[in-house]
Amino acid sequence: MVNAASRPDGPAEARVADGDPRPKAVLEEPDIRRALTRIAHEILERTKGGHDLLLLGIQTRGVTLADRLAGLLREVEGRPVPWGSLDVTMYRDDLRMRPARALGRTELPADGVDDRVVVLVDDVLFSGRTVRAALDAVNDLGRPRSVQLAVLVDRGHRELPIRADYVGKNLPTSMRETVKVLLAENDGRDAVLLGPTGGAK
Amino acid sequence: MKRHLISAADLTREDALLVLDTAEELAQVAGRSIKKLPTLRGRTVVNLFFEDSTRTRISFEAAAKRLSADVINFSAKGSSVSKGESLKDTALTLEAMGADGVVIRHGASGAPHRLAGWVQGSVVNAGDGTHEHPTQALLDAFTMRKRLGDLEGRRVTIVGDVLHSRVARSNVLLLNTLGADVTVVAPPTLLPVAIDTWPCSVSYDLDGVLPKSDVIMMLRVQQERMNAAYFPTVREYSRRYGLDGERMAALPEHAIVMHPGPMNRGVEIAAEVADSVRSTIVEQVANGVSARMAVLYLLLGGSEPAIGKETP
Repeated sequence: MVNAASRPDGPAEARVADGDPRPKAVLEEPDIRRALTRIAHEILERTKGGHDLLLLGIQTRGVTLADRLAGLLREVEGRPVPWGSLDVTMYRDDLRMRPARALGRTELPADGVDDRVVVLVDDVLFSGRTVRAALDAVNDLGRPRSVQLAVLVDRGHRELPIRADYVGKNLPTSMRETVKVLLAENDGRDAVLLGPTGGAK
Repeated sequence: MKRHLISAADLTREDALLVLDTAEELAQVAGRSIKKLPTLRGRTVVNLFFEDSTRTRISFEAAAKRLSADVINFSAKGSSVSKGESLKDTALTLEAMGADGVVIRHGASGAPHRLAGWVQGSVVNAGDGTHEHPTQALLDAFTMRKRLGDLEGRRVTIVGDVLHSRVARSNVLLLNTLGADVTVVAPPTLLPVAIDTWPCSVSYDLDGVLPKSDVIMMLRVQQERMNAAYFPTVREYSRRYGLDGERMAALPEHAIVMHPGPMNRGVEIAAEVADSVRSTIVEQVANGVSARMAVLYLLLGGSEPAIGKETP
């Protein structure tokens, strides 16, 4: 498990003090690296060596995480693991609540998803609605043998019967708090930030 | 907020790029075994066609169906229009049926603009008289971008019956928005009076423009709209403004040949050119579905439209 308690800037379970508007980092770069390494090993264990594996990152930070996981799996097993990206915008149930949005890339390896063990990868698991949309999207792409879910942070407050198979960090939160995952490829640095108020994530 | 797509000029550069990027993603759907997205489930799109059309109507219908919208097709033939019902009354009938989007093709320039003031839903112009055909311009720009990359600074030549062409006007406006340099080439009789107000250059000499073109777009000679002698003979027109194999050889190596269809083979375009590898004519039809899916998604998919012009 990730152990952040030894760091001087505060333990992972640190709560933002009331009235403090600044987000606190609950995971830093080494914690994220260790969590992903552990997830990579768990995936290999659960899938018995990762044959027929396909990692599908959910846009946008899930894609970065899938890329990193694929790299880690390759290091451990010594052979490349196929991965792709999935944009679930067209399958979301909240489309009608906001103006139409730009779409992200959906890119699959040439073999597609048929008969694969698909591992969906996302940064934060919250209501579960993104994952529901992703399951629908995968269903339209083909028929995988099974679908699993890997997330960097599970912050609770599920609104659908969905759970993750691989979790980097369980982070109990209140509905008012925000969880933001930063990744070097997207944001210039690695961190998981817990803030007092803001958007959905 | 109500927004419509009536003119290619309704689209800002950001809007146009958003449509093209969205179309690129949606084009992937055509390659899947399940060519359908649930995005417009429960929305109704009415195709209102007062003028004959094959590819545009089918293309809009396919686009709406791939997004899971309910589609109602209406053509003037065999409807109450032949009994003398006005456009407004037809529109109000459709309104009562709860149309979220209305796609209209009409022989009169400005009909979609009038319609936009009468209905609640978003109006998409699918060609009005000799005015505009914005989704054709979008699919043409999409095709060019796929073959040539970014359109900034690209030289596009549009040749033929510009006077009667809604495709030409929409393309000139959109390509100008996207930063391309457009030249129209036509006999003086087939240029509109106000051509000097269009954001493009004008030439009468096709052979002089060919070597400097990245894209050459041939327009159909619209015999059905020609009620006067615009050129002496079809043969002479074809000699001076038609694209044959010899002229195609004068184009730069990478240049592509486009035609919005339907073609008059042997008049504005020779069969050998239409069937060559440089021709994107069949590709344009496939791209039309993707471009129209993008427009329908961006207008009808969210709580409010993401592109287009507000109600006049």
